[in-house]
Amino acid sequence: MSRTYYEFYCPVKTIAGHKALEHIPYELSALGARRPMIITDAGVRKAGLLAPVEAAFAGAETAIPAVFDDVPPDSSLQTVRHAAALYRQHGCDAIIAIGGGSVIDTSKAVNILVSLGGDDLLQYSGAHNLPRPLNTLFVVPTTSGTGSEVTMVAVISDPEREVKIPFTSYFLMPDAAVLDPRMTLTLPARITAMTGMDAMTHAVEAYTCMAANPISDAYATAAITRISGNLLTALDRPDDADARLELAQASTMAGIAFSNSMVGLVHALGHSLGAVCHLPHGLCMNLFLPYALEYNRAINGARIGELLLPLAGAEVYAATPAEQRTDRVIDTIRSLRDALHERAGLPRTLQETGSVQRDQLDAIADRALDDGAIIFNPREADRTQLMAVLESAWG
Amino acid sequence: MMLPQAGKRAYVATMMGVISRALVAASRSDARIRNEFAGLRDGYRIAMTVFPSGPGFLLEVHDGGLVDRVAGADDSADLIIRFKHLDHAWLVFSFQEGTARAFANDRMIADGEVSDAIRLVRCLNRMETLILPRLIARRAVKDYGDLGLPEKSVTAARIYARLAAGFVGRKRS
Repeated sequence: MSRTYYEFYCPVKTIAGHKALEHIPYELSALGARRPMIITDAGVRKAGLLAPVEAAFAGAETAIPAVFDDVPPDSSLQTVRHAAALYRQHGCDAIIAIGGGSVIDTSKAVNILVSLGGDDLLQYSGAHNLPRPLNTLFVVPTTSGTGSEVTMVAVISDPEREVKIPFTSYFLMPDAAVLDPRMTLTLPARITAMTGMDAMTHAVEAYTCMAANPISDAYATAAITRISGNLLTALDRPDDADARLELAQASTMAGIAFSNSMVGLVHALGHSLGAVCHLPHGLCMNLFLPYALEYNRAINGARIGELLLPLAGAEVYAATPAEQRTDRVIDTIRSLRDALHERAGLPRTLQETGSVQRDQLDAIADRALDDGAIIFNPREADRTQLMAVLESAWG
Repeated sequence: MMLPQAGKRAYVATMMGVISRALVAASRSDARIRNEFAGLRDGYRIAMTVFPSGPGFLLEVHDGGLVDRVAGADDSADLIIRFKHLDHAWLVFSFQEGTARAFANDRMIADGEVSDAIRLVRCLNRMETLILPRLIARRAVKDYGDLGLPEKSVTAARIYARLAAGFVGRKRS
């Protein structure tokens, strides 16, 4: 009898494609929401990305009573309280998050306060501490990488205590993810490259780490196919709406995959590098992906080798003997990184970042050892082994 | 292995007692485990339990890395590891499913600081590696590591001696 067991959950409606934004007023109405508040950041506003959303609402004769556009890159409890106050002041009944990871996490946290009452977010921190479903939340991602639009997690900083507070609950999952290519057309090359590798890493780790399951596998491989087929296209032709939409869909698919199967060593090291050296998350993923696969191949090389099909296509897969597929997967990812370096200047090694000192590797290893992702990595990694991976990634 | 529910409950309760007492003993016998617990503040409490009402145990860290069993409610703990069902605890404590695999299979929930949960898992892995026969320990942990027989024998003997002599395990109230 099989002893496998897994869980899979994703209640988020995907609204994707041409004129997707114009579906928002109707979809909100279908859920009984009439007065949405937009939560976003100054960068999104400056890039003109609110205009198509506001036009979509104007065309549907629906008002947007309030816009909170002051979300910082690392959102805080205070930001959440300010946004919640604006929501209450205007009698709103739904939130539309327009932005990247910080905006989406802030919106989830604001939704806790405005749905459950009060200003004390901390009482809801931790795992599954929300007593009931929250108000309507739609997410319009403006990057294609985090996958936060389909996860049940939010992380908010508490600057006074200098800690990041996690919130995990099924009730944090948005009601809808709206993927419209207009929202990522102006994404700069470097951010396109970094976020693309963020999504790629979500998918690769979802497939190769311990909690992989048949349904997350399907999302992960579909995401990898789309990223490997469209990331360079989007860099070469930034206004290619089809490529942008494929990347947005891939990011959401990868988000669905990893939120149901978790991630591993790349994220453990990446979170730590980000914390110690203040580098963007997507860049950290790009820096560690091939080295972590090299490390893990002793345990799950065959599983890694299966990714050659979505990464390189059927012809390459069929022409590559089974025992060479793991090497080929890692080579293909290295080649992709080379291409991203050439097109967008994305560093491939810790040394190339120019922001990491060799004497910081110890601190990165120490943090990685305690990172939650490491438990799902298929191969155990102690401090010495983490240092060896870091030395490889140094370059 | 088929076992009636009452038998599983009794076995899990016994193993909760053994594991908690072994951690108490290991914090006094193994420098690596003591160093791990030393990363938690004095007074830090760890509960391991089974949904909805146990069995379980509650540990408290003191004096820079020593732990003791204490009496108290699970919700007084800073970190609560909760199995979702008695059968899931049975799988882990009968070494049919390792700790990491149990987390990956959503058999249990960690409520508290994730990094502290990872630290506890390292302690459990190290302790199981030390006190269990190699064949069984290999099923409980991802990597048995390079633990040599002399180190294993000496440390395990110390832990077993403390357990057997009843030097540890008395609950502080």
